[in-house]
Amino acid sequence: MTTIMPFGNTHNNFKLNYKVEDEFPDLSKHNNHMAKILTKELYGKIRDRQTPSGYTLDDVIQTGVDNPGHPFIMTVGCVAGDEESYEVFKELLDPVISDRHGGYKPSDKHKTDLNFENLKGGDDLDPNYVLSSRVRTGRSIKGFTLPPHNSRGERRAIEKLSVEALTSLDGEFKGKYYPLKSMTDAEQEQLISDHFLFDKPVSPLLTCAGMARDWPDGRGIMHNDNKTFLVWVNEEDHLRVISMQPGGNMREVFKRFCVGLQKIEEIFKKHNHGFMWNEHLGYILTCPSNLGTGLRGGVHVKLPKLSTHAKFDEILTRLRLQKRGTGGVDTASVGGVFDISNADRLGSSEVAQVQLVVDGVKLMVEMEKKLEKGEAIDSMIPAQK
Amino acid sequence: MASNFSRILSSKQRIGVLTFVGGSVTAGFLLHRQHVGAAAPVRRSYPASADYPDLRKHNNCMASSLTPAIYAKLCDKATPNGYTLDLAIQTGVDNPGHPFIKTVGMVAGDEESYEVFSDLLDPIIKERHNGYDPSTMKHPTDLDASKIHSGNFDPRYVLSSRVRTGRSIRGLSLPPACTRAERREVERVVVDALAGLHGDLDGKYYSLTQMTDGEQQQLIDDHFLFDKPVSPLLTCAGMARDWPDARGIWHNNEKTFLVWVNEEDHTRVISMEKGGNMKRVFERFCKGLLEVERLIQERGWEFMWNERLGYVLTCPSNLGTGLRAGVHVKLPLLSKDPRLSKILDNLRLQKRGTGGVDTAAVGGVFDISNLDRLGLSEVQLVQTVVDGVNYLIECEKRLEKGQDIKVPPPPLKQFK
Repeated sequence: MTTIMPFGNTHNNFKLNYKVEDEFPDLSKHNNHMAKILTKELYGKIRDRQTPSGYTLDDVIQTGVDNPGHPFIMTVGCVAGDEESYEVFKELLDPVISDRHGGYKPSDKHKTDLNFENLKGGDDLDPNYVLSSRVRTGRSIKGFTLPPHNSRGERRAIEKLSVEALTSLDGEFKGKYYPLKSMTDAEQEQLISDHFLFDKPVSPLLTCAGMARDWPDGRGIMHNDNKTFLVWVNEEDHLRVISMQPGGNMREVFKRFCVGLQKIEEIFKKHNHGFMWNEHLGYILTCPSNLGTGLRGGVHVKLPKLSTHAKFDEILTRLRLQKRGTGGVDTASVGGVFDISNADRLGSSEVAQVQLVVDGVKLMVEMEKKLEKGEAIDSMIPAQK
Repeated sequence: MASNFSRILSSKQRIGVLTFVGGSVTAGFLLHRQHVGAAAPVRRSYPASADYPDLRKHNNCMASSLTPAIYAKLCDKATPNGYTLDLAIQTGVDNPGHPFIKTVGMVAGDEESYEVFSDLLDPIIKERHNGYDPSTMKHPTDLDASKIHSGNFDPRYVLSSRVRTGRSIRGLSLPPACTRAERREVERVVVDALAGLHGDLDGKYYSLTQMTDGEQQQLIDDHFLFDKPVSPLLTCAGMARDWPDARGIWHNNEKTFLVWVNEEDHTRVISMEKGGNMKRVFERFCKGLLEVERLIQERGWEFMWNERLGYVLTCPSNLGTGLRAGVHVKLPLLSKDPRLSKILDNLRLQKRGTGGVDTAAVGGVFDISNLDRLGLSEVQLVQTVVDGVNYLIECEKRLEKGQDIKVPPPPLKQFK
C-alpha cells in the first residue's frame, strides 16, 4: 500500500531546476556515515527520485547535513521516511548500512529468532552486581510512513491501531494506555517516578529529521499493570517495546519480551498491518542503526574495579558489548554502575545478541569478583567474539 | 490578485533578458515559472479532518484563525514551488505559545504564500497589525529621511540609536522553504550588491562558513555575530536548515551599517550608532537601503514588495516596513512610575530590556521602539519613535525636578 503524504510533491521537482553543484550540501566539515558516502556524483544520480509517499533524498539526509557530528562519535546522518526509502535510496543507504553494521552486504540475509527457549542460561546473573535487566526494540507498522514523514492524520491512525492492539492484551501484559496530550498531572507524576515517561525529543539528531513535529499529538505510553512491559507509541519509531525488571533475571525479561512482541504482532496482522520486515534488513526502523533486530538488551551492573582496568574497553569490544552511563547514551557512569548492552543490531538474531549480553555480563561480574580479591584477570580475557 | 503577479512576471521577463548578458544561475529557470497563481494541487490520503491540528491548548494568531473549514479549503493547495499549508503552520502547531505572549504561529515559505494562503494570512495580519485589512488597504512606503524633525536626542539620556528592517529578494524562496541553491543565490546577489557600496558605506562581507577565528572574535566583541537560531519558533519553521551554509554578515568599515544574510530573512539591515542622533541613523538607513536596491536592480533583481503588504518578509509580524526603530534610554525615575506602561501604549511604543526581546531592564535603561510595522510608513514610524522618546525624556526631566507628568492622549484608531 502506498500513501501520498500531504506535502508539496512539486517541491523536489522544483529543486531539480538547480544544478547539482548548487544543491549539493557542503559536507567538508562533517563526520557521519552519510557524509562519508554521499559524493556529488551520487547526489546528482539519485536526487530526482521520490518514494511513493513523496520522501526525497534531501529529506533522508537533512539530519546529517544539520548535524556534522562529533570527531569521536560517528552518527548515521540519515533516516528513512518509509519502508521504500531503503530501496529507493539504496545507493546511499546500502553503503551506510555496511559501514555501520560491520560490513553487512546488500546480498546478506538477516536471521530473526524470537524463540526465548533458544537462550541458554540468563537467569543467574548475580543480583549483588546486576541491578536491573532490560530489553528494548522497535517495530514499524507496514503500510504507514515513518516518524520523520508522517502527517498528523497518519500518526493518529498509527496510534489508534496501536492502542486497539495493546489494550487487547491480557494476562501479564494487561495494561493501560496513557496518551501524552491528555494524561492527568497525577498520571504524569507516576510515569515520571517509574521512569517510563518519554519527553519531546530535544536531540537535534531527531528534531532536524522532523520527528518531533506536532508534539504531543498521537504520542503515548502503554504499560502493563506489573510495570514490567512498556510500549512507547510514535516517539522515534512507531512502537518502542521494552521489557524490564529489577535484578539479573535476563531470561525472564527476554521471555516476556518475545511473548509480548509475538502477541502484538498477531493482533496487527489480523488488522492487515503486520510489522515492516524483510529477510535482508530484518525489522525496518527509522534509523539505519536500528535495522535487523532493533534490539538493545542490557543491564545496569556495578563494575567499579573492572571499569577502571586498563583493558575494560578492549574486553567490551571483544565481547561485542558497549557501555553507557545509567542515564542512557552519552551519559557518564555514576558510582561505577554501567549500562552494558549488545553493540550489534543487524546480521545476528535476537537470541544471539541477548546471549552475548548474558554470557558477557556473567564473565565481567566474575572478573570484578577476582579484582575485589586482588587477583589478576588476564587469563580470563576472552578472544574476539 | 492579478496585479501582484503581473509585477512578478515583468521582473522575471527583465531577468530573462539579462540572462543573455550574463545573469545568474536561477535567472534562466525563473522564466519557466509562468504558472504563478495556479497553485499545484497536493494529493492527500487522509481527509482534512484527520489532519486538522489539535489547537485547543494553543494561543497564537494562527490557532485563533485556523478553523476546520479554512484548513479544509487550503490544505490541498501549494505554492508553485510546492510550499504547503502544513509547512506554513508547523511552527504554530509545534509552539502552542505562552498565555501572555501571543506569537504569530505561521510563516511564509515564499512570496506566493501570502496569496495562496490569504484566507488564513489575511485575518492573522489583521489581528497582528491592529485591524489592517490587506484585502482593502494600501501600505505607504516612505524612505525620505529628510522629513524627520527633532531627531537628535539628549545624549545624557539616550545611549544609542538603531533602526532595523529586512528585505527579501523577489523570485527566491524564503528561509523556511529555500533550497540550498536558492539560499546560496540570495547570498551571491546580496554580497555582489553590497560590494558596490562606497564612501561611509564601504565595507566587507564575512561568510559564516569561512570566517577566521580572529574575524569571528572581532564580530563577537562588536556584538555583530549572529548565532544559529535556537528558538523553536524559528527551528520548527525550518529556518536553521543546512546551517551555516550561505549565511554571513556584512558591515561597513565604520561599523554603523550592518547586513545579516540568510538568518530569519534573506537580509536584515541595521543602522546604528552610539548616542542620540536618530535622524542620522535613519538617514544612513535609507541611503543604504535605496543604494542596495539600486545595485540589485542593475543586475535584474528586485525586493519583494507590493501595495497591500509593503515589504514581504518571512514572518507576517514584519510585513509593511519590517521596521523597528529604537533607542537605549536611561529613565530611572520614569521606570518606577506606575503610569509608564500606559504612557508607552498611548505613544505606540514598546519597551524591552537592553538584551533584546524578553529581557528585563537593567539600571533603568530601556530599549524603546515602535510597536507598529504595517499600515504606516517608515518616516511615520521613526517620527513616532522620535516624538515618543522626546516625550519620555521630558517626563524624566520633570520627575527629576519634582514636577508631575501627564499621560498623553491615546492616538486615533488607525484601521478599525
